[in-house]
Amino acid sequence: MFAYIARRLGVLFVILFGSSYILYNLAAISGDPLEALRTSREPNAAQQIITLTRELNLDVPPPLRYFIWLRGILGIFVGSPDFGEARTGQQVSEMIALAIPTTLRLVAGATVIAIVLGISIGIITALRQYSRFDYAMTFVAFLLFSLPIFWVAVLLKEFLAIQFNNFLSNPTISPPWLIGLSLFSGIFWAAILSGDRKRVLVVFSGVTIANAALLQVLSVTQWFADPGFGPIILFLLSIGVAFLVTHLSTGINNQAALRSSIAMAVLTLVLYYPNQWLFEVDAKKVVFPLMVLTLFVVAATVPLLFSRIDRGPIIRTSILSAFIMGLLTVVDKLMQTWRPYMETDAVYYRPVPTFGQTNALLEPGNFWMTFLDLLVHLFLPTTALLLISFAGYVRFSRGTLLEVLNQDYIRTARAKGLTERTVIMRHAFRNTMIPLTTIMVVDFAGIIGGAIITERIFGWFGMGTLFNQAINSLDLNLLMGVFFITAFLAVTANLVADLLYSALDPRIRAVSRSK
Amino acid sequence: MARIKNEKPNENVTQGGENAIQNKEIEGLSQGQIVRRRFVRHKAAMTSVFVLLFLIIAVFTSLEMKLGPFRWRGWWQFKYDELLELRTEGCPEGIVGCPTLDAVPSFIDGTPMGLGRHPFGQDDIGRDYFAMVMRGAQRSIYVMVVIGFLAAAIGTVVGAISGYFRGWVDAVLMRFTDFIITIPSIIIGSVVGYHFGNLGVGFLAFYLGLFAWTGLSRLVRGEFLKLRELEFVDAARVAGASNRRIIFKHILPNAVGVIIVSVTLLMSGAILLETALSYLGFGVVAPDVSLGSLISQYQDSFTTRPWLFWYPGIFIITIALSINFIGDGLRDAFDPRQRRRLTKKDKERARAQAKIAAQND
Repeated sequence: MFAYIARRLGVLFVILFGSSYILYNLAAISGDPLEALRTSREPNAAQQIITLTRELNLDVPPPLRYFIWLRGILGIFVGSPDFGEARTGQQVSEMIALAIPTTLRLVAGATVIAIVLGISIGIITALRQYSRFDYAMTFVAFLLFSLPIFWVAVLLKEFLAIQFNNFLSNPTISPPWLIGLSLFSGIFWAAILSGDRKRVLVVFSGVTIANAALLQVLSVTQWFADPGFGPIILFLLSIGVAFLVTHLSTGINNQAALRSSIAMAVLTLVLYYPNQWLFEVDAKKVVFPLMVLTLFVVAATVPLLFSRIDRGPIIRTSILSAFIMGLLTVVDKLMQTWRPYMETDAVYYRPVPTFGQTNALLEPGNFWMTFLDLLVHLFLPTTALLLISFAGYVRFSRGTLLEVLNQDYIRTARAKGLTERTVIMRHAFRNTMIPLTTIMVVDFAGIIGGAIITERIFGWFGMGTLFNQAINSLDLNLLMGVFFITAFLAVTANLVADLLYSALDPRIRAVSRSK
Repeated sequence: MARIKNEKPNENVTQGGENAIQNKEIEGLSQGQIVRRRFVRHKAAMTSVFVLLFLIIAVFTSLEMKLGPFRWRGWWQFKYDELLELRTEGCPEGIVGCPTLDAVPSFIDGTPMGLGRHPFGQDDIGRDYFAMVMRGAQRSIYVMVVIGFLAAAIGTVVGAISGYFRGWVDAVLMRFTDFIITIPSIIIGSVVGYHFGNLGVGFLAFYLGLFAWTGLSRLVRGEFLKLRELEFVDAARVAGASNRRIIFKHILPNAVGVIIVSVTLLMSGAILLETALSYLGFGVVAPDVSLGSLISQYQDSFTTRPWLFWYPGIFIITIALSINFIGDGLRDAFDPRQRRRLTKKDKERARAQAKIAAQND
């Protein structure tokens, strides 16, 4: 095992060396950084050419100049890597250090949501193979595969930002929209839930009518102008969460698990007002982690009251429910901030922006305002990235689950009389997650350098922008710096994925050389 | 004859159930015939084939083309770079060059259906947008096909050689593949496109193709590693076939399914890559147009003149979507484990046959 990792690391460095060498030369021969100066008529052009040539070592041919750059990078081993200076005079390492958090903020949320949504829908389509829902989702996935992101982004700007802002200035849902949305959700749920024709019809009409009523109430009460759950609705939602999580995690028949999840929901209600007070306390850096810690400790101890045997799954269920309920509480707090946020001068009733990372005019100081501001700025780019990457997860998890469901051990599990829930969640789903995990690791690394177009459209200043800038100004140091980080993450992620695979799947041993 | 055969009670039906129906369907057919049949049955894929063929023929015959001494006068009246007078009649107040395409029949809105003078409208300096979109689609399809074929050729050869010979050849080739894979395709595209974009679209496509083969070569290698251990390869070797002959005549035809499917999907990725590069300004550059550069140029006019934005996008999506569906159809067709989903009719027929068989016993 140790030898295997060592060998892989060795190969990793060879690969990094080789690909950076290829890229360096490719970039160096493809343009002349002095071109603008050579044709310029400035009196000191000749002087500038000499200075630049010396600074960038342009008198050394690229295949050798690469090693000057490499020497700086190799400083990593003595603790002081030198990525060189960009042509603007800034240190490349500083520029990258500034850009990475921005890119992470942009892509992390989108990736996580894409993974959760993609896998859930993929699994539903696999369980309902060849149903209408399956066909519809296949079509949607292929459609999303075929969408250019820059095209989607313009549409999102128009419909989710400009039109949605118009809607928010007078949040009344017009009848066509009301009918359309209700019908859509009715069809969606009826398609997911299988059964005979009667059951489908009941589900369809029930969901449609309930949805129409809900939207009508929201529209009449102008809920969108001043959203929020309030303690009662939050409690009802938490009860729903308790049942859903228990059903998926241990099965509804497990009374202890159900009781402890419901206890969590009750706690959510009881602690509603204390939470509101804690949210407003200034020392966020101390109070927030404490609240999260308390949440986990309570969620882990309460189930002990309800059960003496087989506590593991019950504690797991309870923690999962408590976590989701905590999120709901935070969402509720954000919703309460919505109206004051809209009323500030900086926003002035046009909350969804089409451009930029933050609203510079917003007064700093209020934690929740700043947080909400961050979220609304993330809204459009995240949606765009989500639409593009989510289809891949749907297709992949569907394919993997179908493959797993054909295995003999699934038949065995069914044959020995396990419930369908146990077969799906414990035997099939867990095995589906093995290849998915490795894909996620690789995706996450690749995405650091991959949001070039999105960043440009939405005016974010991350790794993609740096890269763009490097190409346009023929800035070799900057280009190589960005590339080095991206490539390093990519190859490391590949290694981690392989190790993870062998750790998760005992059939695969890391030491075996070829697959 | 076929009908009579179907009605004859079959021993298999009673025993094998669903499998038997399908086994009988492919009785006596060659592998190629089976694949073709499966593909033709895939409705979405067949529709896509027709849509794509229609689109390609329409797009490439629409404009004037010169090929050496041959000169094709396109069926469309304008050129893509022709400056025309901006049309104002029939447009809403303050807007010029609106599209004349009327896809609504006359019994609904009173005006007859038809293309009109400028079906897709005009751009801000009066060029006919239909001609520009046609030109852009030509460029994009051209790039896509070149990338697809080049990547298919390189990827197959590299993958075949490293999978067949294994050992150090494999190690060297696969490490080289790893080098290329590490460099994100959009970086390669941008570096290449930025500097070679002005050399014409052919150059761009060629260079992109040089870097697009990596995924395919890994797949082909895996396939070869599996196939080279099978008996038919030993048989060929015993019969005295050379390595080249074994690779290209014996193993490759067996791996062709994987290759075709992967190349189709690669092509749909290629058209998106080309449009993305052109959008960033690294791909096809002015005065030539591509679907991506059109969108990039006119994205700000979405609120005032949305047709400048919609039409190129719809073309990209249609092309990429049809290719994706064709790829899906091909994958299903080549997959030996793939079973056709039985319709109710099939099952009823099988049941009836089983009953007859049971009565005869």
